[in-house]
Amino acid sequence: MDSKIEMSLYVFMLASFIGMGVIRRVSRLLHTPLMSITNAISAIAVVGAIIVAGGEHYPTHIRIMGSVALFASMTNIVSGFLITDRMLKMFRTKPGGKA
Amino acid sequence: MNPQLTDVFCKLAYLLATALFIFSLHWMSEVKTSRRGVFAGSFAMLLAVAATWVSNGSPKFYLWLVIPIIPAIVIGVWLSMVPLTAVPQRTALSHAFGGLAAGLVGTAKFYYWYGHEQNQLTKFIVTAIILEVILGFLTFTGSLIAAGKLQEIKWIPQRPWIYKGQNLVNLGAIGLALLLGVMVIMNPTSAWAPWVFGLLIIPLALNFGWMLVLPIGGADMPTVISILNAYAGLSAVAMGFVLDNKLLITAGALDGSSGLILSIIMCKAMNRSFTNVLFGAFGQVQSAGGKAEQKSYKSATAEDAAQILESSSSVVIIPGYGMAVAQAQHKVRELHDLLTKRGIDVRFAIHPVAGRMPGHMNVLLAEADIPYDKLIEMDDINGDMPQTDVALVIGANDVTNPVARHDKSSPIYGMPIIDADKAKNVMVIKRSMNPGFAGIDNELYYLDKTLMLFGDAKAFVADVVKELSGGGGMGH
Repeated sequence: MDSKIEMSLYVFMLASFIGMGVIRRVSRLLHTPLMSITNAISAIAVVGAIIVAGGEHYPTHIRIMGSVALFASMTNIVSGFLITDRMLKMFRTKPGGKA
Repeated sequence: MNPQLTDVFCKLAYLLATALFIFSLHWMSEVKTSRRGVFAGSFAMLLAVAATWVSNGSPKFYLWLVIPIIPAIVIGVWLSMVPLTAVPQRTALSHAFGGLAAGLVGTAKFYYWYGHEQNQLTKFIVTAIILEVILGFLTFTGSLIAAGKLQEIKWIPQRPWIYKGQNLVNLGAIGLALLLGVMVIMNPTSAWAPWVFGLLIIPLALNFGWMLVLPIGGADMPTVISILNAYAGLSAVAMGFVLDNKLLITAGALDGSSGLILSIIMCKAMNRSFTNVLFGAFGQVQSAGGKAEQKSYKSATAEDAAQILESSSSVVIIPGYGMAVAQAQHKVRELHDLLTKRGIDVRFAIHPVAGRMPGHMNVLLAEADIPYDKLIEMDDINGDMPQTDVALVIGANDVTNPVARHDKSSPIYGMPIIDADKAKNVMVIKRSMNPGFAGIDNELYYLDKTLMLFGDAKAFVADVVKELSGGGGMGH
């Protein structure tokens, strides 16, 4: 097997284990903000979109697909992080107090 | 800067972003550090975007990047301001966007390589592209339907939509897409590959998505959203394999495992299995519930309720989505404040599927300024229920139905419930005795110690609050 592929598979496996370990410890209280933030994080697809939309040698019809993908993932990034923070600000122990 | 150096900086930025994403989720584990998690996550994203832009974007084509980003920011800000009851549909919509982005990038890469660098189309890469595209596009249409159901758009049926042989058609569609995918993987550079890819595989994936979600009823949406979340994450992982990018693989895997864990929690909370949610069509069993038997129940007024609450020393409020629909959260908080001021211990029992997505009820109550240390998970509060003076059910139904414990013929048998029936007194605020959406009669309502409080949740709680704040002056 190509060593690049092998490495990618290892990264996937290890990242999944880390994900399971970290997510399992998230309080149930915060599962909605958790889903919002992981949503924003998975909009990392933006990387692929930028490469295709703004790269050196792509033909126009390919670039259009990249731009739509860029629009979609950038929307997720902006709304995902903002709404997570908005929700987290509401969690207080004392009414009117700080989060 | 010379290209080699740019490349080194880009790779290091990706490495740092990867670490920050992991820390971001780690900090989400408790409320105190959670906002730091958002900061770390957004900084990591900024880093990744900037690094990609600098190392891959060509100045000639900057406009292609700027034009989509501007409306994305505007719409993103707008979407982040939706009311909290609408967060589930916003989440579903963002899964749709995530799926669309993955599907489009995969498609773009396939056609570009097919036309210009056919040697890139190795079996591994094409496999990853096929998975990315199928997962991405099915997540896209499936999530759009889920968002539509949650938003209660008229032309999308709320009730499960079922026909004979449905599962066969669905499995056939995805099976055919995978089979064609294997054909393309074996012959990626053949003359017919782009046609099969664009005219068969993509449409099949798009169709499978909506056909999969449309039959699923509104009550199962928390699970569906979680599963779609996992799919969106996995499509990002596949994109990482396609682009040989470890940052994408890691971030996608984090999202995928989050979706998986939340799906498992949701399934356990309803005592269902994945396959049962996806192919079981919950709605079918329910029509059998129409027993004509008239059982007797007791009802009471706001004044009675206020007196009982006043003379108790511990109260557990069990909220359901009906409370949020009636917009009663703020009145419930006033009730909580008044009772707490009198030295009564008031807590909230939160069932995992109390809202319309995992953890939804907590957010709705936190918005109403209810201290989060009063929001107790089902498993932690059930042990205290026998010592509780009053269990007050507001807008919740099935999650308090004792039938789930003992009646094997009930569709909700085996579902974990909040033990409202074990409290010394039970009060249920409800519009009428109508069994409601799921159509299952709730045994709790006919217990000797249960008082039914009929009325709109918001108006009724407001009346109770008025009685309580009126002190001894009124009513007695």
